[in-house]
Amino acid sequence: MALYPRVLAAGDAAVTVEFGETIDPEVNDRVLAFTRGVVGLALSGVIETVPTYRSATVYFDPILVDAGSLAARLQTLAETLPPPISEVRRTVQIPVVYGGELGPDLAEVAAFARLSVKQAMALHASVCYRVYMLGFTPGFPYMGPVPDALAMPRLAEPRARVPAGSVGIAGSQTGIYPIESPGGWRLIGQTPLRLYDKGRLQPFLLEAGDWVQFLPISREEYERLTTKAERDAR
Amino acid sequence: MGRPEPARFRVVRPGLLTTVQDLGRYGFQRFGMPVSGAMDSFALRVGNRLVGNPDGAAALELTVHGPELLFETEAVIAVTGADLSAKMDAAPVPLWTALRATRGATLSFGERRRGARAYLAVAGGIDVPVVLGSRATHLPSQTGGFGGRALAKDDQVVGRSPPPGAATRIGQVVSTSLLPAYSSAPTVRVVLGPQAEGFSTEAIEALEGGRYTVSPQSDRMGYRLIGPPLAHVGSTGMVSDATPAGALQVPANRQPILLMADCQTTGGYPKIAVVISADLPLAAQLLPGDTISFSIIKVPEAQAIAREQRARLETLLPCKSTTSTPGK
Repeated sequence: MALYPRVLAAGDAAVTVEFGETIDPEVNDRVLAFTRGVVGLALSGVIETVPTYRSATVYFDPILVDAGSLAARLQTLAETLPPPISEVRRTVQIPVVYGGELGPDLAEVAAFARLSVKQAMALHASVCYRVYMLGFTPGFPYMGPVPDALAMPRLAEPRARVPAGSVGIAGSQTGIYPIESPGGWRLIGQTPLRLYDKGRLQPFLLEAGDWVQFLPISREEYERLTTKAERDAR
Repeated sequence: MGRPEPARFRVVRPGLLTTVQDLGRYGFQRFGMPVSGAMDSFALRVGNRLVGNPDGAAALELTVHGPELLFETEAVIAVTGADLSAKMDAAPVPLWTALRATRGATLSFGERRRGARAYLAVAGGIDVPVVLGSRATHLPSQTGGFGGRALAKDDQVVGRSPPPGAATRIGQVVSTSLLPAYSSAPTVRVVLGPQAEGFSTEAIEALEGGRYTVSPQSDRMGYRLIGPPLAHVGSTGMVSDATPAGALQVPANRQPILLMADCQTTGGYPKIAVVISADLPLAAQLLPGDTISFSIIKVPEAQAIAREQRARLETLLPCKSTTSTPGK
């Protein structure tokens, strides 16, 4: 019997359906297809489904829903998913000013990669990243894979305060801090875009399954876009 | 007779941490937005029912040191949850009881006698904007509640229109058989998983036999616990997955962290077990220095307990409200 997919209890009000245990685009494709499938079933008493790298967690009202029956239903759904089709997903362009005070770890990441700062920046911006999932803080995208040379492990001691908009690297993952928070990722730049803005019609800039393309910009352009973002937020 | 006007009160002293909470912000965890909401959802529900609100109406969550509030209108209120020595002017306020706050009266709190978090429900519910489907406050992202923050001195808080007949509820008391068994050393029931297989048999035994102390590093996101170590089998990390409130996640130091209302939506530490939904309110009343123990049950039993708890509530304190509010 195949190990995956498998359904695990996550308390009496959630079940987690696992499709693998690694960071893998194909596994993540199945997670996202499964999540759409659960939403499509519109099961009474099911509250929400949270897709992650390799699993989806289905939250439900334990008063209304029998966990065992739901688990059986989800196991069937997971096993009968059609093979993932290559979908046309949107690509979101994210302007970033790399290095300097807005990307205090870029020099170290470049040294780790045995590249110049310019080359490291160009390499990070050279590939499109897949948004595997959102988590940690509202709107934080877990993206990857970053080119091997740049895959520097996270800081041994996390920073107490990472500014909103910071772009970081943690091993093969890259991400963006939407709000000021503690954090241990290597900070290589900052975007003027707001990844979470509760006042916006679409409060979250990204969702799982998106592609992200970073666009290097100058500090001057960053300041100009920041002013615009602040104006738009009002 | 016209409908009573919405409640209005002014914050004279804000207390340690007073926030607007409801039953939580569901539907946005896939964007990384924590659920938040009342830590003790049972006390919130009961408070709302006492004053004739729907279960999910917004109320104030008061933490350890309660606020001092001056009522600028008459209001029907109830204080539930922790015993923080509530007083209306000079008179002690009975907990778990619907009562009238008269115009000009001051509701204040004193010494903490039991528990950590009390709820002040106001007929009509607290009137703050609905953000992403909920009025709950999530402080780290400044989302929801009173401008995304805790209440401060001189804030003026207003209620929504009280439900018809709210005043007729004054004096209603909750049957003592409904009251939670709050304790500074509770045993709460857990369901193993989702990563219980990542732990040794000894770890499972230690979890069930051990007593864990709530450390000072504890807040609405979660409690760091100190007690018998929970050893992993193999790796101490994993590729992140979703993290429900109540989960006991175990980092490399083998000391569990109990996730609470404001917990992150995802995390990379294996979760040995999850506290059942009926018992999570008991954990919500703990403070640093308190202890907690765990007993392991199966999911069907946990669901039966949840249903039984709700059925008792429906029988002894039916929800009279016909209006719905965001969230559950």
